[in-house]
Amino acid sequence: MSDLPKPEESLSNLDHEPPQTGWLDTPIDIRKGMYCYAANPKSQKYVGFPHAREWNPVEDDWKLPENWQEILHQGFKERLDRFRSVKIFMDTCVRCGACADKCHFFIGTGDPKNMPVLRAELLRSVYRNDFTLLGKILGKLNGARPMTENVLKEWWYYLFQCSECRRCSVFCPYGIDTAEITIFGRELLNLLGLNIDWIATPVANCYRTGNHLGIQPHAFKDMLDFFVDDIEEFVGVRVEPQYNKKGADILFITPSGDVFADPGTYTAMGYMLLFHYLKERYGFDITWSTYASEGGNFGFFTSHETMKRLNSKMYAEAKRLGVKWILGGECGHMWRVIHQYMDTMNGPTDFMETPVNPITGTVFENAKSTKMVHIMEFLADLIKHDKLELNPKRNDHLKVTFHDSCNPARGMGLLDEPRYVINNVCNNFYEMPANTIREQTFCCGSGSGLNAGEDMELRLMGSLPRANAVKYVHEKYGVNMLSCVCAIDRAALPAMTEYWTPEVDVTGVCELVANALVIPGEHDRPTDLRGEDLPGWEEPEREEKDAE
Amino acid sequence: MNVKYMFSLVAVLLLILLAYAGAEAAGMKTFFGIFIPYLAVAVFLIGFIWKVVGWARSPVPFRIPTTCGQQKSLPWMKYSYTDCPYTKTGVVLRMILEVTLFRSLFRNIKFEQHGDRLVYRWEKWLWVAALLFHYAFLVTVIRHLRFFAEPTPFFVQWLEGLDGFMQIGLPGLFLSGVVLAAAAIYLLLRRMLMSEMRYISLPSDYFPLFLIIAIAVSGIMMRYFTKVDVVAVKELTLGLVTFGPTIPEGVGGLFYVHMFLVSVLLIYFPFSKLMHLGGVFMSPTRNLPNNSRAVRHVNPWNYPVKVHTYEEYEDEFREKMIEAGLPVEKGA
Amino acid sequence: MPNKGQKLYDKDKVIAGLVIFVILATFPFWFNLGKAASAPELELTEKAKAAEKCVRDTQYMRDEHMQLLDEWRDTVVRDAKRIYVNERNVGYDMSLSNTCLDCHSNKAEFCDRCHDYTSVNPYCWDCHIDNPKEAK
Repeated sequence: MSDLPKPEESLSNLDHEPPQTGWLDTPIDIRKGMYCYAANPKSQKYVGFPHAREWNPVEDDWKLPENWQEILHQGFKERLDRFRSVKIFMDTCVRCGACADKCHFFIGTGDPKNMPVLRAELLRSVYRNDFTLLGKILGKLNGARPMTENVLKEWWYYLFQCSECRRCSVFCPYGIDTAEITIFGRELLNLLGLNIDWIATPVANCYRTGNHLGIQPHAFKDMLDFFVDDIEEFVGVRVEPQYNKKGADILFITPSGDVFADPGTYTAMGYMLLFHYLKERYGFDITWSTYASEGGNFGFFTSHETMKRLNSKMYAEAKRLGVKWILGGECGHMWRVIHQYMDTMNGPTDFMETPVNPITGTVFENAKSTKMVHIMEFLADLIKHDKLELNPKRNDHLKVTFHDSCNPARGMGLLDEPRYVINNVCNNFYEMPANTIREQTFCCGSGSGLNAGEDMELRLMGSLPRANAVKYVHEKYGVNMLSCVCAIDRAALPAMTEYWTPEVDVTGVCELVANALVIPGEHDRPTDLRGEDLPGWEEPEREEKDAE
Repeated sequence: MNVKYMFSLVAVLLLILLAYAGAEAAGMKTFFGIFIPYLAVAVFLIGFIWKVVGWARSPVPFRIPTTCGQQKSLPWMKYSYTDCPYTKTGVVLRMILEVTLFRSLFRNIKFEQHGDRLVYRWEKWLWVAALLFHYAFLVTVIRHLRFFAEPTPFFVQWLEGLDGFMQIGLPGLFLSGVVLAAAAIYLLLRRMLMSEMRYISLPSDYFPLFLIIAIAVSGIMMRYFTKVDVVAVKELTLGLVTFGPTIPEGVGGLFYVHMFLVSVLLIYFPFSKLMHLGGVFMSPTRNLPNNSRAVRHVNPWNYPVKVHTYEEYEDEFREKMIEAGLPVEKGA
Repeated sequence: MPNKGQKLYDKDKVIAGLVIFVILATFPFWFNLGKAASAPELELTEKAKAAEKCVRDTQYMRDEHMQLLDEWRDTVVRDAKRIYVNERNVGYDMSLSNTCLDCHSNKAEFCDRCHDYTSVNPYCWDCHIDNPKEAK
């Protein structure tokens, strides 16, 4: 981050005026800080991806296979036959410009090729040339161009500057979804071995060990055991998570990021404390899995096939353990995959039951086929039925706002469940401006596998619209906590707030829940799950506070 | 000057000249009055169907609606019936709103940077212009049925009454024609003057606008200024649709220009972005319900993939698992 | 992969949509099925035949009579001038009832035929005595 100018300078340097040369004539400049390193061939080979090799995006020679143009053309053609979406999105765009200023990367970088319309035009220009009559007749004059190495490099550079957040698709009069185009384009790039390492290596890890971070089963348990100790220290109860337990009622799957890095770890502790509470009070029987220890799915950022290969573990493990249904933790793209892809790819699931909340008896009709329920749906149901003893005052030192993650917002519609939960565990909740939340929410800037270290400039500039909205509520209401239901957010937003709004911290919603949850047998709990003193909850004042 | 719109403008001007010279000077009235219109209708119909069938030949492998509101989940939580539809009725309503009122475009906001603040203004002009443009076009097309149907159907007469209700001048002014030309000019100027619009626009974006403006202007000229023998015009147009084409006397070159430009528009239609007319109905992010977890969507090309099974996993880590006290399938 | 047999997906919906499209787009073709296209024949009264020449030449009258009448109305009502002199230097009383309808007294066989044919519904008849209702 030291390479970046001060935030104020970054802002005043922003220029959204397009260059003098047309986009077809503006060569790309693969700039440090804006791209991610090339995929490690070892990772690619492990999962059997084609054309794995050492290559470097900033070198001229990308060591492409000899017939790369043919591979791409053929791949394009096959996929047009497989996806009506892309066919229609290639044909119907009228370039009305409604999407242009909706992209956080365009707003943050001012690079016109980050306008969703132009990102799609990068592919559309080749589509016109290869597959349409008008393109063949009019050629470059009408924005058609043959596939060359420079075009390929442009694809690569800009398809890895899209976080597949779908914000543009909300505004498009034809519902053209750049995420779909990026997914399609990246799948083509993968035919030539052109992935980034931040995606390829987690994919290989996940394939082998069950999670992106490559945590092996014993280490996974070790990490959760570490949280068990922490919880004991901060709460005074010893929780007993279950692993790979056959015959458990429910299987719990969440992104592995939450067992690995702060502040996601506190969210993981939140889950554990919640499950402990439910077990003590209601005999709730839930198990973690080390084999399906990843909710996220970086395969989704690689190809449909890879997504399916990684996702298959969820149902396989549910079947092996004989659970009734699956509960899913807080994650963004994980939920897009579960909600819109999983059942289609790896279903049907006749070995499980329609999810029923064993505590409230609520039947989750909306998940009766996929048989997987979001923890926010589960929590909202528990709270509605008054099954959780909550003391929101324990979160009174926080002024909370909520960042809707792209995928749950625009690929699922999970908007009010987390708000309902937050409002029941916090007394001070403030919404960011209307055009930056719910279905119009802005990406954290690091989605779709872009949360690497080497592309920090891209990430921070991409997070500008979100950060600016956070800054607004920070200045207006004194908001000091940015909550979210996504593991990538929890990994990415701290970097954003550190740069743009250092006074605001980041939390998962389940951490807020666990802090407010009154646990049977807890001690005085003068601190939160982070071990930080809770103002007003130091020993002597405790009595007064309770008396209120 | 910009080569992209100059190209389209010159193309339209050439088409106008071609038709005028061809019909007036070269006496090719049969070519421009009969042959081209028949060709245009045939290309339009076949091309349109061919394009839609082409789309339909690709399946929709995943149910991927863009959810623009609260999902249906818990029974007591209010969900967004049309922006995040769960039922078929909801989807139909969403599509009706999308097609007839441009629901998504209605959301449009404009980003602006004010110092260190980013702000988003509700931007309605594109939506207003687009809506006016399309409805004026529709009304104009329906109005023209008076030239293509005998007797003129009641709904055309009714629409003419509505369209001309201001009773300005003689023949009475039709609002739709003026609105169509004005909205098209607005959309054109927007493309030419806004820097980011200019940057993303292609000749194929300017061409239909110039073409439609020329069609509207030539129609307005004939009706209000240069005048044309409408009885003779109807004889020609009705002749076309009753398959007894004739070229009556007394129809001037401007009419052939108008007719030729419309024919060009019809021929251009299936090969261009104008196919958004069909595409808007088939967009998978809009025309599917958000019930993916309740009703399984079937992908016709779903194929088995290579997976890393639990057995393989346990085989690799069994000892470590046993050591850590994790349950295993096969004892060591 | 997919599409080996050139199959249509969502066949019913797509075909239904296309049928609706074709029905709407070909409306003029089926609406006029079995009808002849000929333009209406106009009948001239004896008086009109005898006059030989109208206020202006025939093609002008066909194309622009409405414009002429509009001008006449404005000139009479606003400027109180009643005489119109044409390009042959012949003067006419600018009056729909007294000049035009004097020769063309057969509104139903003359005016209405073209007006009906081209779906023109002039509001001239709203006031002038030859109200269409009365003429029939």
